Amino acid sequence: MNALRRNVLKGATGAGAVAVAVAAGLITPTRVLAGAPRSAFEAKNLADAMKGMGLPPATDSKDITIKAPDIAENGAVVPVEVTSSIAGTSAIAIIAEKNNTPLVADFEFSGGAQGYVSTRIKMGSTALVRAIVTAGGKTYQAAKEVKVTIGGCGG
Amino acid sequence: MMTRREFLQVLAAAAATGFALDSKSALAGKAPPGYYDVPAFGNCSLMHITDCHAQLLPIYFREPNVNLGVGEAVGKVPHLVGDHLLKHYNIPKNSIDAHAFTYLDFEAASRTYGKVGGFAHLKTLVDKVRSSRPGSLLLDGGDTWQGSATALWTNAQDMVDACIALGVNVMTPHWEMTYGAQRVQEIVNNDFKKAGVDFVAQNVVTNDFGDQVFKPYVMKNINGVQVAIIGQAFPYTPIANPRYMVPDWSFGIRDDSMQKFVDEARAKGAAVVVVLSHNGMDVDLKMASRVTGIDAIFGGHTHDGVPQPVEVKNAKGVTLVTNAGSNGKFLGVLDFDVQGGKVKGWKYRLLPVFSNLLAADAGMEALIKKIRAPYEDKLNEKLAVTEGVLYRRGNFNGTYDQMICDALMKVKGADAAFSPGFRWGTSLLSGDVITMERLMDQVAITYPATTLNEMTGKTIHTIMEDVCDNLFNADPYYQQGGDMVRVGGIQYTIDPNKTIGKRITNMEIRGKKIDPNKTYKVAGWAPVGEGVTGAPIWDVVAEYLRDTKVIKPVKLNQPNVLGMKGNPGMA
Repeated sequence: MNALRRNVLKGATGAGAVAVAVAAGLITPTRVLAGAPRSAFEAKNLADAMKGMGLPPATDSKDITIKAPDIAENGAVVPVEVTSSIAGTSAIAIIAEKNNTPLVADFEFSGGAQGYVSTRIKMGSTALVRAIVTAGGKTYQAAKEVKVTIGGCGG
Repeated sequence: MMTRREFLQVLAAAAATGFALDSKSALAGKAPPGYYDVPAFGNCSLMHITDCHAQLLPIYFREPNVNLGVGEAVGKVPHLVGDHLLKHYNIPKNSIDAHAFTYLDFEAASRTYGKVGGFAHLKTLVDKVRSSRPGSLLLDGGDTWQGSATALWTNAQDMVDACIALGVNVMTPHWEMTYGAQRVQEIVNNDFKKAGVDFVAQNVVTNDFGDQVFKPYVMKNINGVQVAIIGQAFPYTPIANPRYMVPDWSFGIRDDSMQKFVDEARAKGAAVVVVLSHNGMDVDLKMASRVTGIDAIFGGHTHDGVPQPVEVKNAKGVTLVTNAGSNGKFLGVLDFDVQGGKVKGWKYRLLPVFSNLLAADAGMEALIKKIRAPYEDKLNEKLAVTEGVLYRRGNFNGTYDQMICDALMKVKGADAAFSPGFRWGTSLLSGDVITMERLMDQVAITYPATTLNEMTGKTIHTIMEDVCDNLFNADPYYQQGGDMVRVGGIQYTIDPNKTIGKRITNMEIRGKKIDPNKTYKVAGWAPVGEGVTGAPIWDVVAEYLRDTKVIKPVKLNQPNVLGMKGNPGMA
């Protein structure tokens, strides 16, 4: 079943292939799903990225869960899943704080879509991965540390 | 320079000493009567071995005198060494158990009690326990297929055959993965399938869709009791070991899916749920506090010989966390009394395997002999004699790794050397011969290349800080379970309680303060990156040993450790 699914996708054209390309990080989110202006993605720090998105400082929320590895297996493709159970979630941005350009992705939701995104991001070094959620005109956030290590030397 | 004749005399003397002191007569009156009489209890028993690192024959293994706990683990099991451990578990000093569980008087006690482990002796013990506990299962926590010359040279086949003969029922992996994904699948789908051995790992999924690669768990019926055994592979396999060997699989701790499988197993009628884990003990302790519904975690990876389980409270009950040492030295036996679908009581023993006290099983002995036959000449090549005890275990260094660093620096012409903080590797007593087999015990891996790199002082510091954080991060989920990278030619001060980037100070190379901008020649081995070439580590060290002939007692490169005064994880 799984092998079949894999083969189908390998041979597929159109939507399926695009989905895989996005998941593998081949197409940058800026070109596909960006809600924020280019300047936000080019910002060199968290504060400027927030400013670029036109967002006020966010308040911490327990209704946002970030699923990401404690230690990245490969810093070039770190799987990150963000779920926001805040009512009226209209956007989720993902920020890797220590990246040269911290804003990695900004997803917009419309028509009552569930606040959930799953993607892979690139991280240069150990950093907090921050999810910024916009809901009902307010801004919320949660963060999780993802460690990027040199590797080797395990027991 | 020693002549060949003198060298042979040293070898002869060493062999004679070893023989006399190892003999059974030396043991008279030393082992308590009925040492292996373990009265049966309850109706549902599980035996556990872990991290034998492919040691088929009896060996010596010295427990650590430095095993520091940080953060919430300070002074807690398993971070107790020597007298602190004896006191905690009420084990009499100078007893056979004191020798089994601590480094105390290692050499003298080793000569008294003889070698530990060995699959023929372990087989006798497993069968003895089984005969009093019909229906019991044997679980193998992994790091079984790697760590010896014969395991490497047979591509793990020796251990696969030996484990099937031993009667292993369920297994989970770590170093197994360093034979490559394809070889692992081949063994699981052929040898293990045919023999009915279940290979379980809930935390190994495909990179693309997150599909389970192996069975997450298996349900077994023990005397009418439904028991679920969930596998937990070493979470950081693709980081601590080469990524390219398992390119399509993702690991990680995965608490949430662990909880899902525990709940699923309970819903399917499991009265007992256990986890066969290669997390390492600190990670297991944290997991036990977060995931509910697990009766016991059979742990390994960190090689802690823990005499009794730690009882961890969580939101819905208590989970027992064990750790069963390494190198074939121990057999864990957990007996549950299950009544009306509930665990009513339990008893645990971690039985040391003393080969002089357990007759060798004839069938297993014959199998091991057959496995070794094609390699005997190579295995028995005499490389040198050691004047001091050689061992590896310890947070910062061991004499064996120090010698490997010395060899790397000398043969490669380096300013400094790194050797990985592996916790496996057997020990040798003073006067023992270092054969090729005993060298391979320390270095038998599938990525053995040695390297000589030019590194700036800053890079050397960054590497040491990075490895150090894998050991001393206050959050166990960020620990990888190995020890600190061993160094040659480098002196340093370390404060484990600090955070990454700030733990290591006062670094010196060859007695001179390190210059962050200066370039140094650094030798190393076991690169995790793909395509690195270099002479295998066993060739480099063997060359050094053949040239040196007699290894004088090694001077340990002991760092200056701050902030650990009174920590019972340091003798």
